[in-house]
Amino acid sequence: MAKEEVVLMKGNEAIAHAAIRCGCDGYFGYPITPQSEVLETLAILKPWETTGMVVLQAESEVASINMVYGGAGCGKKVMTSSSSPGVSLMQEGISYMAGAELPCLIVNVQRGGPGLGTIQPSQADYFQTVKGGGHGDYRLITLAPNSVQEMADFVGLSFDLAFKYRNPAVILADGVIGQMMEKVVLPPIKPRRTDEEVIAECPWATTGKTKNRKPNIITSLELKPDAMEINNLRFQAKYKKIEENEVRFEEIMCDDAEYIIVAFGSQARIGQKALEMLREEGIKVGMLRPITLWPFPTKVIDKLADRVKSMLVVEINAGQMVEDVRLAVNGKIPVEHFGRLGGIVPDPDEIVEAMKKMIK
Amino acid sequence: MTRNEIIKPENLVYKKPTLMNDNHMHYCPGCSHGVVHKLVAEIIEEMGLREKAIGISPVGCAVFIYNYIDIDWQEAAHGRAPALATAIKRLWPDRLVFTYQGDGDLACIGTAETIHALNRGENITIIFINNAIYGMTGGQMAPTTLMGMKTATCPYGRDPQLHGYPLKIADIAAQLEGTAYVTRQSVDTVSAINKTKRAIRHAFENSMEGKGSNLVEVVSTCNSGWKMSPVKANQWMKENMVPFYPLGDLKDKK
Repeated sequence: MAKEEVVLMKGNEAIAHAAIRCGCDGYFGYPITPQSEVLETLAILKPWETTGMVVLQAESEVASINMVYGGAGCGKKVMTSSSSPGVSLMQEGISYMAGAELPCLIVNVQRGGPGLGTIQPSQADYFQTVKGGGHGDYRLITLAPNSVQEMADFVGLSFDLAFKYRNPAVILADGVIGQMMEKVVLPPIKPRRTDEEVIAECPWATTGKTKNRKPNIITSLELKPDAMEINNLRFQAKYKKIEENEVRFEEIMCDDAEYIIVAFGSQARIGQKALEMLREEGIKVGMLRPITLWPFPTKVIDKLADRVKSMLVVEINAGQMVEDVRLAVNGKIPVEHFGRLGGIVPDPDEIVEAMKKMIK
Repeated sequence: MTRNEIIKPENLVYKKPTLMNDNHMHYCPGCSHGVVHKLVAEIIEEMGLREKAIGISPVGCAVFIYNYIDIDWQEAAHGRAPALATAIKRLWPDRLVFTYQGDGDLACIGTAETIHALNRGENITIIFINNAIYGMTGGQMAPTTLMGMKTATCPYGRDPQLHGYPLKIADIAAQLEGTAYVTRQSVDTVSAINKTKRAIRHAFENSMEGKGSNLVEVVSTCNSGWKMSPVKANQWMKENMVPFYPLGDLKDKK
């Protein structure tokens, strides 16, 4: 058996390596801190000379998301990455892609806002991502990595889910996960699909109209309201299927827990340290880490609420995911929020203190 | 002479391009779009590229071009067609990739995407219908609206103090290193239509041969928006549009 390739790298670099290795056809991006290493790493690796992957620095995030639209519309595995202000610029294109049912990967290495904000880490784009930052009723499959390993692993997984459901997928990371270095086992190399394979896998794509089929049209436009309602109902049915089949989460020491920390991404890492500190003091704390932020692990949180005393939601924002936790708990037990703002990342001590305050 | 005796290949003087389907067009009578659509369909057919053509439609009157020409199409967000075309051509380099855009879409909201796609020398063709007005939304001022011209949002005439000056996008495009061919044509007479057809074909050939980016501007009429009869609109175009937007090739890199 081939020896596992363990390397030390940043989360952003892992995204770039994983993209090439999972057979990505095209990356379109624009520099912004703290995610610029994705494009920089791709530029150094020159995949156009090896796998034939297209890498292009666009004139703006508006252009890069629309390049992704074009690439996805012709059946290719395409992606972009950015950070919060850049992702705000992409919302138009994301809404159009949801409306045209196009598969793609968007990586958001979040920084603090609003506005130009700060280049330090934040999780304040939770609402924008899982509630729909653009116009219209749509959902984005959203994965929240908590390690460099998951940054690498979620690239291929996101593409698989995006193509399975013909829907955009998002890796919602933050400046901590993008910038920190950890050891990572890179995913196995998967060749890019041939043109014939793309045409066979995506019979809906604009690859050139052949004699045996009708023209393929990629559009989100439908002026007739009755037909547009049918389109929307189809989207909702798809979203329901995703909610039924694609919820991912991790439970840590929940079996005997009396209190639960709910946290995702970098805050799940810090929260886990706080959990260990609280356990040393004899306080029975467990953790639920949503891996998919949409679809949200509503059912598991609902069940946990039947047997624990309270939940503390830790996120580096003013309280966003806590709303979904409260909806899941539905008033059965108290749910508190702890967060730091503006790019400040809390110490485990602060979470321990917040937990003790909640218990008291 | 019977009907069957008349219908013979040697008697054929005009034929609808087979790529044009029978869907009822939504364009106003007298609009230039129908003529340019027909040219695009004819050229794709004549070049034998029907299985390789991927068009990108704009937001504006031509948004539904995909209902009329039977090739694969992507419908772009307002102004973003050149960004879509960039990715499609790079990911499918042997395909004919072109955008079809109006003045509001191309020269206003999509100026950045237009200039940068052209300047990168993407091997695409941009067909630019310039009728100096926003047709679909009901006749508002466009970036190309002439000085003094009245529209719904400049009802007293375009005034440079209030609205700035009309934009000559083809002149800018001709200055860019990445463009292979930049031309400005019209479709108001039979000879003009023939010239436009040659121009679009040349642009498509450049795109397929990888010579760089191509912009074919078609100075057009919007008789509904201009509130004129089709004949009067053609005359007005010749007297007012053409002096400001002179016809002919601005650049043809050999």
